[in-house]
Amino acid sequence: MSNFSKAFSSTLGRKLIMSLTGLFLCSFLIIHLIGNFQLFKNDDGLGFNQYAHFMTHFTPIKVVSYLLYASIIVHSVWAIIITRKNRAARPVAYAIKPKDGSIWSSRNMGILGTIIFVFIVVHMSNFWYKYHQGYTPYIEYQTDVKTGATTSRVLDASEFKQYTVYVENGVEVIQTEDLYKEVAIAFQQWWLVAFYVLAMAALAFHLIHGFQSAFQTLGWNHRKYFPIAKFLGVWGFGLLIPIGFALMPLYFLFK
Amino acid sequence: MSGHMNLTLKVWRQKNSTTPGKFVTYKADEISPDMSFLEMLDVVNEDLVKKKEDPIHFDHDCREGICGMCSLVINGEPHGPKRATTTCQLHMRSFSDKDTIVIEPWRATAFPVVKDLVTNRSSFDRIQQAGGYVSVGTGGVPDANEIPISKVIADEAMSSATCIGCGACVAACKNASAMLFVSAKISQFALLPQGQPERYARAEAMVLQMDEEGFGGCTNTYACEAQCPKEIKVTNIARMNREFFNAELIKS
Repeated sequence: MSNFSKAFSSTLGRKLIMSLTGLFLCSFLIIHLIGNFQLFKNDDGLGFNQYAHFMTHFTPIKVVSYLLYASIIVHSVWAIIITRKNRAARPVAYAIKPKDGSIWSSRNMGILGTIIFVFIVVHMSNFWYKYHQGYTPYIEYQTDVKTGATTSRVLDASEFKQYTVYVENGVEVIQTEDLYKEVAIAFQQWWLVAFYVLAMAALAFHLIHGFQSAFQTLGWNHRKYFPIAKFLGVWGFGLLIPIGFALMPLYFLFK
Repeated sequence: MSGHMNLTLKVWRQKNSTTPGKFVTYKADEISPDMSFLEMLDVVNEDLVKKKEDPIHFDHDCREGICGMCSLVINGEPHGPKRATTTCQLHMRSFSDKDTIVIEPWRATAFPVVKDLVTNRSSFDRIQQAGGYVSVGTGGVPDANEIPISKVIADEAMSSATCIGCGACVAACKNASAMLFVSAKISQFALLPQGQPERYARAEAMVLQMDEEGFGGCTNTYACEAQCPKEIKVTNIARMNREFFNAELIKS
């Protein structure tokens, strides 16, 4: 066996794959959150819709997005493989569940991960699939270049050809897919909002363990720097990011 | 006698590695709180021998907490409820009168039960044989400070070397992973000059042998560190990961 296959087929190598794909997905969360903050802008979705168009049509970002889909699949499939192997390592269970001081989320990454996976499927069929299939409504924005005042009107599907931006008589016209409206409509459903908030709670607990765990797996348990990873894992990825995401459906429900 | 305890034991009895085992309840009466846990089992066994029953089999040797032979998962905790203590050093004063104590063997594919509470831990020996040694000539005992090693590194290597190879880390881990043990053994050499010539070959050989034996993988719950009678730190596991990835992907 070559060094590479030995490295990645060993128990340590399988962890390495989980760690690298996990950290890549964490980096995506930051970008996704910052971009989606435009949902909170009171501009009838202009900023968000432009952003959505850019993210789905700019080639380097498209390449990264395929890496992202692959990471989600690899992270999930490897989790199943690892869990099966780990279960096989203890065929007879203890009569009394061991007490060991480990945190709850570290022992339940599989359950939390499953909730997150179901969420990703629901989330992508809600927005990603509809957007890519052209099921979203359309909108036209007209911005007066001098005053900056923007008006918008709903575009009929028959009126919309493709994403266009042009300036005519001192008015900037943007015709685009209206993903913002799709989001606003979807989050009128309280049960969908509830599911999103629950999924973000699962994400929080997954990352409280997962983020620092990735650094331990990479061998970066340094006495000076590891506390930073732990801090970011709890306060950044375990708290700030999931709360930021959870606020979005809640904002539209109570808007 | 005053201060003595009457206990109920639920002990895993298993005839051999192929027969399924079951729990059997025993009474342990008039137990002194000053007895060690193993002495308490000795008392129960003397009773069983008198009654011409098969005594409870359990591993033990030095009874001083340094050989790594004793084991037992006591009420769900490897080596019982006290931290940094082996079963032989656990005293009955850690329990109360009328307690029910459940005693199980280490449970792992790589530690098959030989009989009752005795498990075969030769998988650890094979991991050690794969690379847990220094085969280059290191000469006689050097004069003090002839080989400069900082106090921090010397202490760290010494802490890793205190692992007695009892297997409590495997028993505590939800995945029955041996990574705390293997990482301690890799670390004690990786940190010191004598370990350098075989540093990466050792890490590779020991990790692959660990996988071969059927131990699970680490999911960083750190249960092993909490239950280790010698308080081996999980920073060793991070070091092992570094050594192994270096061995496979960078240094060779």
